[in-house]
Amino acid sequence: MAEQQKDDEILGKAYDSKIMRRLLTYVKPYKKYVVMAIIMNIIVAALPAVRPLLSKIALDTYIANKDYNGLLMISMIVLAVLILQAVVQYYLTYYSEYMGQKIVYDLRVQIFKHVQKLALRYFDKTPVGRTVTRVTNDVDSLNEMFSSGIVQVFSDVFVIIWIYVFMFGMAWDLALVVLLVMPFLIYATMVFRKKVRETYRDVRKHLANLNSYMQEHVTGMNIVQIFAKEKDELEKFSAINGEYRAANIKSVFYYAVFFPVVELLSAITFGLIIWYGGGEVIQSKLTLGVLIAFFQYTEMFWRPVRDLSEKYNVLQQAMASSERIFKLLDDETFIPDAENPVKLEKVKGEIEFKNVWFAYNPGEYVLKNVSFDIKPGETIAIVGATGAGKTSLINILTRFYDIEKGSITLDGIDIRQLEKRDLRKYISMVLQDVFLFSGNIKTNINLGNDEITDAQIIEAAKTVGADKFISKLPNKYEEEVKEKGATLSVGQRQLISFARALAYNPQILILDEATSSVDTETEILIQEAIQKLLVGRTSIVIAHRLSTIQNANKILVMHKGELKEMGTHQELLAKKGIYYRLYQLQYKDQEVVRTV
Amino acid sequence: MLDRKRKGNGLELFGNLVHLKKYFLRYKGTLALGFIFIILSNIGNVYIPLLVKGAFDELQKKLSTDIIVKNAILIALTSAFAGLFSFLIRQTIIVVSRKIEYDLRKDFWEHIQKLPMRFFQNNSTGNIMSHATNDINSVRSFVGPSVMYSVDNGVLFIMTLSILFSLSTKLTLYTLIPLPFMSLFVYLVMSKIHSRYTKIQEKFSELTTRAQENFSGIRVIKSYFRENYEIDQYSKISDEYFQRKMNLVKLQAFFHPIFFVIAGLAFIIIFLVGGNMIINNELTVGTLTAFILYLSMLIWPMISFGWVANMIQQADASMKRLMKIFNEPYEISENENTNHVIKDLQGSIEFKNVSFRYKDDLPVVLDNVSFKIEQGQTIAFVGHTGVGKSSLINLIPRMYDATGGEVLIDGINVKNIPIGILRTNIGLVPQENFLFSDTLANNIVYGITDGSQILIDKVTEIAQLNKDVETFPNGFETILGERGITLSGGQKQRSSLARALAIDPKILILDDSFSAVDTHTEEEILKRLKEFMKNRTSIIISHRISTVKDSDKIFVIDKGKITEQGTHDELVAFGGIYADLHTKQLLEEELSEME
Ligand SMILES: Nc1ncnc2c1ncn2[C@@H]1O[C@H](COP(=O)(O)OP(=O)(O)OP(=O)(O)O)[C@@H](O)[C@H]1O
Ligand SMILES: Nc1ncnc2c1ncn2[C@@H]1O[C@H](COP(=O)(O)OP(=O)(O)OP(=O)(O)O)[C@@H](O)[C@H]1O
Ligand SMILES: [Mg+2]
Repeated sequence: MAEQQKDDEILGKAYDSKIMRRLLTYVKPYKKYVVMAIIMNIIVAALPAVRPLLSKIALDTYIANKDYNGLLMISMIVLAVLILQAVVQYYLTYYSEYMGQKIVYDLRVQIFKHVQKLALRYFDKTPVGRTVTRVTNDVDSLNEMFSSGIVQVFSDVFVIIWIYVFMFGMAWDLALVVLLVMPFLIYATMVFRKKVRETYRDVRKHLANLNSYMQEHVTGMNIVQIFAKEKDELEKFSAINGEYRAANIKSVFYYAVFFPVVELLSAITFGLIIWYGGGEVIQSKLTLGVLIAFFQYTEMFWRPVRDLSEKYNVLQQAMASSERIFKLLDDETFIPDAENPVKLEKVKGEIEFKNVWFAYNPGEYVLKNVSFDIKPGETIAIVGATGAGKTSLINILTRFYDIEKGSITLDGIDIRQLEKRDLRKYISMVLQDVFLFSGNIKTNINLGNDEITDAQIIEAAKTVGADKFISKLPNKYEEEVKEKGATLSVGQRQLISFARALAYNPQILILDEATSSVDTETEILIQEAIQKLLVGRTSIVIAHRLSTIQNANKILVMHKGELKEMGTHQELLAKKGIYYRLYQLQYKDQEVVRTV
Repeated sequence: MLDRKRKGNGLELFGNLVHLKKYFLRYKGTLALGFIFIILSNIGNVYIPLLVKGAFDELQKKLSTDIIVKNAILIALTSAFAGLFSFLIRQTIIVVSRKIEYDLRKDFWEHIQKLPMRFFQNNSTGNIMSHATNDINSVRSFVGPSVMYSVDNGVLFIMTLSILFSLSTKLTLYTLIPLPFMSLFVYLVMSKIHSRYTKIQEKFSELTTRAQENFSGIRVIKSYFRENYEIDQYSKISDEYFQRKMNLVKLQAFFHPIFFVIAGLAFIIIFLVGGNMIINNELTVGTLTAFILYLSMLIWPMISFGWVANMIQQADASMKRLMKIFNEPYEISENENTNHVIKDLQGSIEFKNVSFRYKDDLPVVLDNVSFKIEQGQTIAFVGHTGVGKSSLINLIPRMYDATGGEVLIDGINVKNIPIGILRTNIGLVPQENFLFSDTLANNIVYGITDGSQILIDKVTEIAQLNKDVETFPNGFETILGERGITLSGGQKQRSSLARALAIDPKILILDDSFSAVDTHTEEEILKRLKEFMKNRTSIIISHRISTVKDSDKIFVIDKGKITEQGTHDELVAFGGIYADLHTKQLLEEELSEME
C-alpha cells in the first residue's frame, strides 16, 4: 500500500520525452485531425499578426493622406480577416477538442480493459479508489493536454514566431530591442517552473489522501455512526483537508509572483520601445505607424507567453497523470493463459491437487503441501478452523491466484494449460464474501448474460428459496438493487449470490460458506433441492456447520494450511482426530438435550 | 424545454450560487481588501496607455527626448506598482477561494456524516465522491478565478471606458455599438451551457460509480468471466460521456471567436470613425493610439468574460447538485425533546408497539412489536431470513427510527437520548463486516480514544483473534486491505466483534456474528463472552440453536411479529417455530449418525 501511495506523488519530469512519445502513439489514429489543427493554427496565429500591419497601413498611408475610401477598404479587409479567423477558430476548437476527447475515450477503455485482466493480487494491495481515479480523473486531465494543450502550444509558438517575423520585417533594430527582455523572461519562467513543481507534488499527495479518506469513510459510514465517531472523524478529515488547503495556498503564492513579473517585463518592453523607438521617430528614421504596430505586437506577444506558462501547468499535470496511467498499464500482475492452451470441449470434473504450496505474500505459506483428488461427480467437503486456508484452497482452483509449487489438474490437464475462460465456465463459485451490483435482481443473477433465460433465473431462485421473498417485492425480479445490495437482508443477498451460481449451470460447483447467513429451514430446503442438481456434477463445499456436509463423499480437514485428515464422515469419526473433536464440540449440547 | 429556460429570470442562471453568501461573508474583510487591490492595480494598468499617449503627443511635436525617456521609465514603475497589487490580489482572493473550498468541503463532510443510512443506500459511493471532488472543485473555480477575473475585468472595463469617454465621447459611443449584441449572445448561450454541463456531471458520476462497483466486485466478475461484458458496458458509458462532452464543446467553441469578432468590430469602428475624425482634425494621432491600446486591453477581458460566464454556469450547476445533498434531511437527529442531562445508560430496553417499514411502498417489516429486556439480561432473536431481525436491532442505536410506537432505553424514548450517549453505550456488531484499511490494532480500538495494548489483548482474547494475530508477521500492526480484504472471513468477523467489545458497552448487540466462525472457535468465544456479558444487556441474533440456547429469553420473529418467547426449554416444549428449528438441527445430526 505504501508503494501505491507513492504513485500519487509521482511527479515525473515536467517533460519526459519517453512518456510524450508514448502519449503521441494515441494521437496516431487521429493524424488527420492533428494536421488539420496545425494548418488551422498557422492561419489563426497569422491573422491577428496581420491586424497591426493593417493598422499601420491605415495610419501611415490612409489617415495621414486623408484618404477615407482607402481607410474604408482596409477596414473591410480587417473585417474579412476577423471573420475568417473566427470561423477557423471555431473549427479549430471543435476539432481539437474532438480529438482530445476521442483519445481520452480510447485510453479510458484501454485502461479499463487492462484492469479487468489484472490478477486479484493487484486488487488486494490497491485501494479501489486509486484505480478508479486512473480511469476517471487521471484520463480526463489528459484531455486538456491533447485538446487545448498540444494544439494551443503550437498556436502560441506560431503566434510568437509570426509576431517576430512581422516585427523584424518592419524594423529589425526595434525588434532586437524587444528581444532584450527575453533572457529575463526565460529565467523567471525557469524559477517559476521549479517552484511550481514542488508544490504540485504536495497538492497531488494531499488530494490523493483526501480522496481515499472520503471514499473509505463513505463506504464505512455506518461504522462511523455506530461508534459515534463523527466528531473525531471530522477532525481527522479537517486535518487532511487543511493540509490540502495549505499546499494549494502555497502554490498560489508562486503564481501570484510570476504573473506580475511577466507583466512587469512586458511594461519594460513598452518602455524600451518608447525610449528607443521614440528617439528613432524624432530622428525620422521610423514612422509613428510602425511604433503603434509594435505596441500592438508587444501586447499580443505577452498573451501567448502567459498562456505558455499556464499550459506548462497543464503539461505537468498531464505528464504526472500519464505516468501513473502508464504505470498501471505496465503492471502485468496477470494470471497468464498458456501459449497454446488445451481446449476443453467437455469436462468430466476430475480434480487433483498434487503437493500444492501457496502463499499470498512470498514466503508466508498459507497452504502447505496439500494433495488430494476428487473423482467426477463426487461431492467433497472442506472443514477446518477459521483462517485454516479453506477459501485459499478454492481461490487457486479457479486461478484467482497461481500456486507456488506443485500442480492442480482438471480432467488430468494442468489448469495452467487451460484457458481461464474455459476453466471458469465449467466452475461456478458461491463466494464467501457476497457481492451484489446495483441494477436489479435479474441482472444480479445473470450478470448481464443474455444466454441465461428468465425461466432459468426463476428456476435458480426457486431452488435456493429466494423466489419466495422476490415475488413479494413490488417489482419482483425487476426490483432495483442498490449498491452492494444494501436494501436486502444479508441472508437474502446470500441467496441471490447462490442463485447466480446455479443459473450459470456449472459442471463443477463450489460453495464457500454459501448458506452461512441463511436460516436452517431454508438451508435444508436448498440442500434437498441441490442434491438433485448435483447428480453427475462435481462439487466442493466449505462449511462450518458440520451438518451440512455429512453427505459428502469425502471430507478434507484443514488445519493451519495443512491437510490433516481426509475420509468419509464415518472414517474420520473413527479416527478420533481433529474432525472427531470438532464434531463432539458441535453436538455435545444437543446430545445432552436428547438424552434428557 | 429550452424555451422555458429562456423565459426564466436571470437568477435562474446562477441563483444557486447565492448559497455561497455565508462563506463570502466569512471572509468579507479579506475580500474587500482584494477588491481594493484590484482597483489599485487597474489604476496602474490604465495609466500606462495614458503615458504612452503623452509620449506620442510629444513625439508628434518632435521636440526633445526628455519627456519620452521620463515616460518610458514611468511606464515601468507604474507596471511595478500594478504588479505589486496584482500579487496581492491573488494572495487575497485566490487564497480566500481555497479557504472557502476548505470550509465548503468540511461542511459537506460534516453534513453527510449526519445523514441516515437511507441516504447512503440511495446514493452510490462514486456519486457522493464526485460531488465532494468535481463539484466542489468547480464551485471553487467560481469563488476564485471567476470572481477575481470578473471583478478585475469589470473594474478595468469601467475605468477604461471612463477614460475613453474623457478622451472622446463620440468615438467611445461608436465603439460600444457591438456591446449589446454580445450581452444577448452570452445570455442565450449560458442557459444552454448550464443544462449540458449538468448532463456531463451526471455521466461522470456514472463513470465513477461503474468503475468503483466493478473493481470492488472484481472477484464475482472474474469467477463468472464477465470481463468482456463489463468492458462493453463501460465503453458504452464512456461513449455517452464523450457525446455529452462534445455537445458542450459545440457551444463553448463559439465563445472565443464570437468575442473576438465583437472586439474586432469595435476595433474597426475606431479606425473608421477615428480615422475620419483625424482627417477632420477632430482627433490627434496620440489619442487614436491610446484608443487602440485601450481597446487591445479590453479585448482580453471581453474574451475572458465569455470564459468566466462559462465557468459560472458550470459552478452554478455544480452548486445545484451540492445543494441537493445539503438539503437532505438528517431524519435521525437530536431535537428540543432531547434530554442532555442523560450522561449514562443502564441498559434495560423496551419496545412499545413498534412498527417499522423502510418505505411507504415496501411491505411492513415490524408490525406492532412489544417486548421488554431487563438490564443485564442476555436475550436472543431467531427467525427466518429476511424476517426483520437486523431491522429490529438497528432501531436501538437509531440507525433507523421506528415508524410507529417507541423504543425505550431505561424507560426513556431513544429519540430523547443524546445520540452520542446512546451510541457510545451500545456495542453493535453489524451483520456485514467493515474494517478500515488501517492497522489491525487501530481497527480494534476504533471506538475509543485511548486504547491500550492491555485492552487490545483482552478483547482479542475474548474474540479468539489472538491466535490468528500470532501468525501474522506484523502482529497487530498488520495493515489490512480495504474493507479488511486480506483477512479470512472469520478473522474479519472476529475483528469486528473485538472492536465492539473494546468500547466497554452497556448494551452488546451481536447480529449473526458467528456465521463465518467455525463451531469450535465459536464455543470458545461464547464461553469468554459469558463472563464479559455479566451486568451488560446483550442481544444475540443467530440461526444456530447452539448459539442462542443459553439466553435468558429467546424471541422468535415471524411475519413482522414476535410469535414466541421464553427460555430454550420453554420454547422447545411450546412446539412452534423454535421447536421445529431445534428438531431440524437435531435431525440433521441424527441422520448422519445413522449413516
Ligand atoms: N488476499 C489475501 N492476502 C493476504 N493474506 C490473505 C489473503 N486472504 C487470506 N489471507 C490469509 O490467509 C489465511 C487463510 O485464509 P483463508 O481465507 O483461506 O481462510 P479460511 O479457512 O477460508 O477461513 P474462514 O473460515 O475464516 O473463512 C488467513 O490467515 C488470512 O489472513
Ligand atoms: N435498507 C432497506 N431498504 C428497504 N428494505 C430493506 C432494507 N433493509 C432490509 N430490507 C428488507 O426488510 C426485510 C427485513 O430485513 P432484515 O435485514 O431486517 O432481515 P433479517 O431478519 O436480519 O434477515 P437475515 O437473517 O437475512 O439477516 C427484508 O425483506 C429486506 O429485504
Ligand atoms: Mg440480518
